[in-house]
Amino acid sequence: MRALLNDVIFWVLALLALLAVASGVMVFRFESMARATYALLTSLLCVGGEVLLLGLDYLGVVIVLMMTIEMAIMAVFMVMYMMNPAGLMPMTMVHNKQGAAAICAVVFAVLAAGILLAPWPSRRGRPSDDPTLDLGLSLMGPQMLTMMTLGLALFATIVATVVLATRRGRYDRFGDDLKARRADDPVQGGRGR
Amino acid sequence: MSLELFLLLAAALFCIGLFGALTQQSIVMLMMGLELMLGGVIVGAAAVWHYIAPAAADGQVLVVLAVTAMAVEMAIGFAVVTALFRAREVDMTDMAAELKE
Repeated sequence: MRALLNDVIFWVLALLALLAVASGVMVFRFESMARATYALLTSLLCVGGEVLLLGLDYLGVVIVLMMTIEMAIMAVFMVMYMMNPAGLMPMTMVHNKQGAAAICAVVFAVLAAGILLAPWPSRRGRPSDDPTLDLGLSLMGPQMLTMMTLGLALFATIVATVVLATRRGRYDRFGDDLKARRADDPVQGGRGR
Repeated sequence: MSLELFLLLAAALFCIGLFGALTQQSIVMLMMGLELMLGGVIVGAAAVWHYIAPAAADGQVLVVLAVTAMAVEMAIGFAVVTALFRAREVDMTDMAAELKE
């Protein structure tokens, strides 16, 4: 029974891997960008599935949820900005395809050679009953510096995205020296306007 | 599946993403390539955790790091596209470079 279960898990993992690679390839082959987004979503969901089946329940679920939302947002941005989101007018928007293909083939060959030739160490220890607890204890203990760096980076990202995406900042509203008494807004707001 | 197969999957995803990031002109498609590359990193880190050191949490921390990098890349990428589009009505890398001078 156990062997059968292991077989099933093996084939599910292999199927997810094939699907991840195939949909990854399709991301750059579809004409329609909406389809490309869904292909990327499929690929990353398969990545989440692999992580789940490797025994990292929490991280797998986080990846699945995050990718779903992220691709939904990406689809919205595509409709907003892209020239040709639906792929109704076939056009190629690529540069240096041969060079990039050669670079990628070389990189893959080097990586594969390293993977197949490296003397990988054998498995040491067993996963604990609750790997998520391990992760939490690690992030709040020995890996605290990592966690703090991540937190700071995320906060800096929030500030930077707002600064980049805002149309009118405080210098537009209050002048270069920020000394204007009233904000120079196209539509004045507040009391007594 | 063994560690080698997982790492080959990771390398394949990484290289597909690299191809996309190098060839695509549209910035959002370029970001999709970067996402695929980070997806490869996630698979590799999870496989190394499972097959080499399941007792330590360091592999999991690496996955958290990659997921955060994905989120940051996505947010900053869209903010930059928004700023570029607002300033120049441009959504392609080459056009943004031509307008630099």
